[in-house]
Amino acid sequence: MEKQNHLDIYYQMVLIRRVEERAAELYQQGKIGGFLHLYIGQEAVSTGLVAARQPQDRIITAYRDHGVALNVGMSANVVIAELLGKATGSSKGKGGSMHMADVEKNFWGGHAIVGAHLPIAAGMALGDQYMESDGATICMFGDGATNIGFFHEGVNLSKVWNLPVLWVCENNQYGMGTTIERASAVSEIRQKAVGYGIPNERVDGMDVMAVRQATLKALEHIRNGNGPYFLEIMTYRFRGHSMGDPERYRESAEIKKWQENDPIGIYHAYLIKEKIATTKELDAIDEQVVEEVQAAVQFAESSPDPAPEALFEDVYAG
Amino acid sequence: MTETKRITMREAISQALWEEMERDEKVFIMGEEIGVWGGTYAVTKGFYDHFGPKRVRDTPIAEAAIIGGGVGAAMAGLRPVAELMTINFAFVAMDHIVNEAAKMRYMFGGQMSVPLVIRAVGGGGRQLGATHSQTPDVIFAHFPGLTVVAPGTPYDAKGLLKAAIRSNDPVMFIEHSTMYQTRGEVPVDEDYLVPIGTSKIQRPGRDVTIVTYAKGLDLSLKAADQLAKEGIEVEIVDLRTLRPLDMAPVLESFKRTNRAVVVEEGWRSFGVGSEVVSRIYEEAFDYVDAPIRRVAQTEVPLPYNQALEQMALPQVADVIAAVKEVL
Repeated sequence: MEKQNHLDIYYQMVLIRRVEERAAELYQQGKIGGFLHLYIGQEAVSTGLVAARQPQDRIITAYRDHGVALNVGMSANVVIAELLGKATGSSKGKGGSMHMADVEKNFWGGHAIVGAHLPIAAGMALGDQYMESDGATICMFGDGATNIGFFHEGVNLSKVWNLPVLWVCENNQYGMGTTIERASAVSEIRQKAVGYGIPNERVDGMDVMAVRQATLKALEHIRNGNGPYFLEIMTYRFRGHSMGDPERYRESAEIKKWQENDPIGIYHAYLIKEKIATTKELDAIDEQVVEEVQAAVQFAESSPDPAPEALFEDVYAG
Repeated sequence: MTETKRITMREAISQALWEEMERDEKVFIMGEEIGVWGGTYAVTKGFYDHFGPKRVRDTPIAEAAIIGGGVGAAMAGLRPVAELMTINFAFVAMDHIVNEAAKMRYMFGGQMSVPLVIRAVGGGGRQLGATHSQTPDVIFAHFPGLTVVAPGTPYDAKGLLKAAIRSNDPVMFIEHSTMYQTRGEVPVDEDYLVPIGTSKIQRPGRDVTIVTYAKGLDLSLKAADQLAKEGIEVEIVDLRTLRPLDMAPVLESFKRTNRAVVVEEGWRSFGVGSEVVSRIYEEAFDYVDAPIRRVAQTEVPLPYNQALEQMALPQVADVIAAVKEVL
C-alpha cells in the first residue's frame, strides 16, 4: 500500500466519525427527522471493505449506511443534505438517513427492512455472473439480520448458483437492544455460513487493516469463480441503536471497554508506530475534516427543500 | 387486414416469453419448476432445452429469493421474468414486491429502476382449497410504483406481456388458472404490443356498461350472449390493467348507457368494483340513472367442495341478474 492509501483510509474514518457527531447534534436540534442510526465505533468495517474493492464491485448495506456512503466517495455535502431532506441530497431528499445511494459509485443503498437486501444482493451478483463481469457484490448486514428468513433464502441461493457475492455480517453483538445470545441459536454467526457450505472467516472489525486483508482474500476467492464467501466482522457501536435509544440493555463498563479499542485510535497508533505518517500529518487531516464537515453543514442548511413537483417524480421510470 | 391465428391463452403467454427471450439476451425467466419440469401450467414447456439453464432458471422453493433476486438482477440491468407458481405465494415475497420493487426508484431519487416482470397465476375454481385459490389482484394495485396487468384474452395476454417485459418498471402480470385454454385471435406479427394502462371495449352495446377484467371478462361475455337473446345489449369494458387504471373508456361508455355493473372474481369489499364505482360517482354523477351493482366473490375463504366453491365464486347468472337489476 502507498502512503497516500493509508492517509486516505485514515481520512475516511475520521470523516465518518465527525459527520456522525454533527448528525447527532443536528438531530438533537430537530433538523433531522425520522430515525438516525450512527456508525460511530464501526468505521473500520466499511472503510476496510471499500479499501479492498475494485470499481466494478458493488456494495449494498442496511440502514446504518452513512459510513459506506462516505467511503465510496459521496461527499459530506450530499450526505448531510440528504439527512436534512434537501433537494441537493443524494436521494433528492426523498430517502433520508436510511436510504443513501450512489449508483455511479456502485453503492446500491441503504436498505431499511432488515435482511431484505440479501436476496437483492444475490440478484445483483446474478446480474454480474450473467453478463460475465468480474465484479463481486459486497453485501453488509447486521448480526440481527441473520435470524430472518431473507438471510437464509439469499445465502442459500448464492451457493446453489455459485454467485459472486461477499456476505459481510457486521456483528456488533446487539440486534437493537437484544443480545446475540438471546436472538440467535448460534452466537458465532459464521457457523451459519458453514451450514450453507460457504467458506468463511471471523475478523477483528476494530482493525481496518485486518478487515481490508480479509476482504482482499475473500474477493480473490470470488473472482476466481469459487462462488460466495462469508465474513463475520466483530465490531461494536459506541452509540445507541438509533438516536433516542435509552440503552438499558448494556453496561457502561462494556461500552467503555470497547471504546478503548477505538478503530480510529488503533489505526492512528499503527500509522505512527510503522512510521507511515507523522502526528503532524494526521493532525492536518483531522483539521481538514473538521472544516469539510462544517462546510457540508452550511451547504446542506443553505440548500433548498425539494420543489413541490418532486413529490410526483420518479414513481415510475416510464 | 392483420393476419391472425386462433391460439390459446397458454400459447399466447408462451409465445410472448419466447419471442422476447429471442429478441433480447437480457430477458431470462426464473421460478419454481419452470425449467426441467416445463412449468406447472406448461407455459414454459420446451424453454429449458432451447434456451438452456442460464436463461431458464429453476429456483429453490423460496419466494423471497425469487422476487428479491429478480429485483436485484433487474437493478443490475437484466430483464428478469420471475414466476410465482401461484399468486398466493406472493404473500411470502410481499416485502420484495411492495417494499422493494415498488419503492426502489422513488426512494433513491430516481437513481435505480427495476424492470422486473412477476408472472403470477391466480384465481379460484379448481378446488385447490382456501390458500391456493385467491384472486388478490387489488392488493397489488394498491401500491404506487407497481404496475398491475391482468389480461382476459389471448390477444391482450401476448401484447401486454411483451409490453411488460419491455417496461422499465416492475409489473405484476396476473394470469387466471382456469383460462389457459381460452382461445382467441392473435396477430401473427411478432412485434405487436398492447399498451399498458389502457382499457378496451371488448363488446359494444347500448343498454348497460359492464366494467370487468380477466376471469370477469369471460363471465361477462357469456352473460352478454344470453342477454342479447332477450334484446338487452351490454357494453363490456375490459380494464386489462388495474394500475394505472384507465377510466376514460369506462366513463365514455357510462355517459352513454347511464347504467353499470362491475364484475370481478375477487372479494367485494375494497375491490375493483369499489374503486370503479367511486370514480364513476366522482366523475360522472350527473349521468347515473340507477345504483351501480357489483358482482364479486362471496366473503368467505374458498372451500374445497366443488358445489360450495362455485357458490362463493361469481357466476354468469349473477352477472345477468345484476344487469337486469340496473335496467
